Amino acid sequence: MAVDRRIFLQETGKFLILTGAASLAFEHVLAGTPEAAENYHLKDHWWAMAIDIDKCIGCGGCVRACKAENHVPLEPFYFRTWVERYHVKPEDPEHPEVDSPDGGYGGFPERYSQGDGTKNFFVPKLCNHCAHSPCVQVCPVGATFESPDGVVLVDKSYCLGCRYCVQACPYGCRFIDPRTNTVDKCTLCYHRITKGLTTACCEVCPMGARRLGDLKDPKDPIHAFLRDHMIHVLKPEMATGAKVYYNDLDGSVR
Amino acid sequence: MEAILHGVQGYMYPNEVELQWSILIVLYPFITGLVAGAFILASLERVFKVEAVKPTYRLALLTALAFLIVAPLPLQLHLGHPERAFEMFLTPHTTSAMAMFGFVYLWYLMAVLVVEIWLEYRRDIVLAWRASTGVKRHLYGVLALGSDNISPRALAIDDKVGKFVTIVGIPSAFLLHGYVGFIFGSVKANPWWSSPLMPVVFLFSAMVSGIALVLLMYVFFSWLRRTAVDMLCLDTVAKYLLYAFLIDFSLEMLDLVHRIYEADESFRALDFMVHTKLYVSQIVIQIYIGTLVPLALLGLAQLVKLGERARRAIYTIAAGLTLVGIFAMRWNVVIGGQLFSKSFLGYTTYKMGFATREGLLPAIVLMILPFILLWGLLKLLPPWEKEGAAEAKPLA
Repeated sequence: MAVDRRIFLQETGKFLILTGAASLAFEHVLAGTPEAAENYHLKDHWWAMAIDIDKCIGCGGCVRACKAENHVPLEPFYFRTWVERYHVKPEDPEHPEVDSPDGGYGGFPERYSQGDGTKNFFVPKLCNHCAHSPCVQVCPVGATFESPDGVVLVDKSYCLGCRYCVQACPYGCRFIDPRTNTVDKCTLCYHRITKGLTTACCEVCPMGARRLGDLKDPKDPIHAFLRDHMIHVLKPEMATGAKVYYNDLDGSVR
Repeated sequence: MEAILHGVQGYMYPNEVELQWSILIVLYPFITGLVAGAFILASLERVFKVEAVKPTYRLALLTALAFLIVAPLPLQLHLGHPERAFEMFLTPHTTSAMAMFGFVYLWYLMAVLVVEIWLEYRRDIVLAWRASTGVKRHLYGVLALGSDNISPRALAIDDKVGKFVTIVGIPSAFLLHGYVGFIFGSVKANPWWSSPLMPVVFLFSAMVSGIALVLLMYVFFSWLRRTAVDMLCLDTVAKYLLYAFLIDFSLEMLDLVHRIYEADESFRALDFMVHTKLYVSQIVIQIYIGTLVPLALLGLAQLVKLGERARRAIYTIAAGLTLVGIFAMRWNVVIGGQLFSKSFLGYTTYKMGFATREGLLPAIVLMILPFILLWGLLKLLPPWEKEGAAEAKPLA
């Protein structure tokens, strides 16, 4: 009963306060807010991801899951997430050898042998969902935006396809979807996380190397992860407020 | 598409393999630069009273207009959704450097260039209106906005307002092109672009290219119309070209020296790129052929006493090479800035299509288009005084 009264008051209030045209415009504004499940309150969440480099085995499961879940084009130029393999000579950390065949989609063929005196490890990458995103800053029409729950999203019905955001992203996380001619990127599986699920990449990771975290949830294990490990973000000098936190990230990683 | 992967050396982030900004985006700063430069040359006569360049005044204005009309076309053609371009006016994102383009452009086109040209030509338009018949008469009537008052008092007002518009126009021209430089200079993710010098370098290179273009146009039309070239005018324009070029070159060298001396984390990657993939377009075409040779030629004409024919030839060659050099500069900024990985670990290749939407053919068409427009403008509003027209007494 109370709910009915509230809805009644809201509708009447809207009707009285807003004229027809303004009411339509208001509907339009509402339509622009991200899709959300019932009981999901944007203000109660602040999403991030924790990645444990030591656990990643380079199987590429996350890349495959992401492409399948989000219908990412299969060609090797389009990735919402990808995995890089680093091969570092200890005395020359500034010039690592890096590869990522097909973004790690099919895993990594053996290339380096154990005990050759080098460091080898995998680095999963995705959009850092920066709190001060350079890509959001440059979008000429505001088609890409930071949601109140800390996810950088794209309104594809509004994107001009100017590609300025692709240039502005320091991490190479954006691409132009050849099917829509608009920009595409990791949404942190927004359609899943707002329904209480985790992302596709985290879901399938056999090692638990990637974990979605909600920084506004005091019970989320991400707090312990951030506290107990030596944590680094990619390119901190870019001051983007990146929210993908890496444990044991080597200084050679770009 | 797979072929692109073969053009990759070292490691690129997978999404970086394909270039995002094509030759069309090279044209954009090139064309707006020509506009800004041509206008600034025109302002010399109007505001700074450099009488010697007067023969180029109207030609410079019309050239600027022809190129300005074409300036947004390459951008439009490049967009993934050209039909949404108007959203930039309706819902501009205030933190975006790009969002202001439409406003800066419209301001410059409608508040500066068109007004100045109209005021400058008002007397001619009215005279043509009176002299012509039929469709032409209507056309000039519309262009005159229905007013045929060309009394000395009205013309004096025109002149006064025109001067004011030019004074507003100079910072506007600076804004137009400095702003284009800012679009690139403010991208912190890209060390090849990110530099506070970028808007200033763009501005001076714009002046250089615009002056060179007007010089070429002036020589060309004098030849076409078999009229004598005003050598004092040509000498003066060439002198300004030299001065602007010296400043531009110094700024670019400052940028270069700074990069080499600082040698930050991006330096190794960029240095390698300049010595390999950009060697021809940057070192050979931009710096040697497009900068040092024209600078030497223009300097020679200043230092050595040469005959008219020799000077004319030298100026023409220098201006032509200058345009090639400035085009190469735009190419090296736009394309060069995308050839290396933001991981600084690898390089990709730019594969330009031909008859594709962003290929060479549309680029060539877009470069020819302003000349066709200019031809139309010259027919409509001849910049040169007609024989006897100067004596035609304006009727009150």
